Amino acid sequence: MTKRRLEFRGVTKRFASRKGDAVTAVTALDFHIEDGEVVSIIGPSGCGKSTLLNMGSGLDPASEGEVFVDGELVTKPNAHVAFMLQKDLLLPWRTIRENVEFGLEVLHRPARERGETALELLRKCRLSDFVDHYPHQLSGGMRQRAALARTLAVDPAVLLMDEPFSALDAQTKMVLQQDLGRTLAETGKTALFVTHDLVEAIALSHRVLVMSQRPGRIIRELIIDIPDMGNPMARRKHQKVGGYVAELMELLHIEEAVA
Amino acid sequence: MDTDLSDPLTRRMMALSGLLFVLFIIAWEWLPGLMKIPPFIIPPVSKVWSEFLRMMASEHLMYHTAITAMQVVVGFVLGMLLGMVVGFLLGMSPTAEFVLSPYILALQIAPKVAFAPLFVIWFGYTVYPKILVAVLIVFFPVMVNVLGAVRSIDPDIVRLAKSFTASRFQIFRMIEFPASLGPLFAGLRIAATLAVIGVVVGELVGGNTGLGYLLTFGEGAGNTAMVFVSIIMLTIIGILLYGAIVIIENRVLHFMPARDRRGA
Repeated sequence: MTKRRLEFRGVTKRFASRKGDAVTAVTALDFHIEDGEVVSIIGPSGCGKSTLLNMGSGLDPASEGEVFVDGELVTKPNAHVAFMLQKDLLLPWRTIRENVEFGLEVLHRPARERGETALELLRKCRLSDFVDHYPHQLSGGMRQRAALARTLAVDPAVLLMDEPFSALDAQTKMVLQQDLGRTLAETGKTALFVTHDLVEAIALSHRVLVMSQRPGRIIRELIIDIPDMGNPMARRKHQKVGGYVAELMELLHIEEAVA
Repeated sequence: MDTDLSDPLTRRMMALSGLLFVLFIIAWEWLPGLMKIPPFIIPPVSKVWSEFLRMMASEHLMYHTAITAMQVVVGFVLGMLLGMVVGFLLGMSPTAEFVLSPYILALQIAPKVAFAPLFVIWFGYTVYPKILVAVLIVFFPVMVNVLGAVRSIDPDIVRLAKSFTASRFQIFRMIEFPASLGPLFAGLRIAATLAVIGVVVGELVGGNTGLGYLLTFGEGAGNTAMVFVSIIMLTIIGILLYGAIVIIENRVLHFMPARDRRGA
């Protein structure tokens, strides 16, 4: 049996609204992600996708149910998971290399080890020529690649990604998807990927989970039967993509919104 | 301060600046005479220079300058440290900020130099009232800027650090402190000029040392040139302090594009 890297068991999250009554953001979340799997979550805006990731990272506790990472109950932020957001959140006073070392520095790793890890990852992310540059000297796509290197540097069991490419232009986005797909396939990392982009979800993942309107629950699991995980660019052009997109559009009621 | 000296345009502008200085000195020397302005209103530059030499020889000008400079620097450093500590503490605790903000605002609105006589009553004709005025005056721009900087940190950066299991102290050391440096230096540049004002007002109110004392002494003696010399020396102290801040700032904030730094 393969190892369950991330598991949600009957998870519900409620917030207190401004008026004081409880608002249920997500409810009855029951799913798991196995080792090396890449799973995307897709759903209407405000359905609680980010809430789900926050619970996975241990930043927000679940109101009901339990979240497990590597078989351990998540109660607070832990070194098993690493976060990547839409904003690169690089620190402007650190060089690219120092930014990549950030997570390792928090964990008190020795300087030499940090440097070696950072340089290796920056090479993989094709940023070797920019290690000593400051973030403001890099383009948006390069900055997001540096953010990916920073996420990978702590060698997390699970990567949690909250629309990491949604702020980029279409071409840059495809290049970064390719980078991410290749890196995930090479390292065998497990990832949970939140996105708005249907084709992005299909191109990058083994499975796509579809969430409903708030209170968000998982209404459908779509298994993407396209080979070559390390090459999202090729997967994008696969003949099955159209069918999956149509299915997702129907589940999300996208055409009804136009009518 | 990032001026490129090899740029011909920059050099021409610098030459123009120098020329303006020479013209100013010439005008100062001869214009008052030509316009029949008596020397006790505006003494010519040569008179001010000879007064400067006289004060060096028989008024302990350097001693008084050193006293004033010491008070400015000590007041500045203490005010800065206090401003930073309070700025960070309030920045980290919204409750404390909410509770204290009306009092801080009131104290900020109160003209700090008006406290000088009070401090003289408390501490007598010593260096302490002058230092205290400088501390009070430097405190606010530093505190307000540091507080604002801590407040404007993107909460997602802090969440990211937390997800990397950063401790409270690590968040301070690796995020909040470095993030505050830009606004801190902007505050310090304002504070540098204000610190000199604070000390001089303290000296004007009471005491027998410092350039403020020489200023009132010159005034009482009807020695306009002496007043001019004192003002120039005070300006030089201010320029040196400001220059030191800018040099340190350029070292510390080297990661920022020069344009952003000046706008800070």
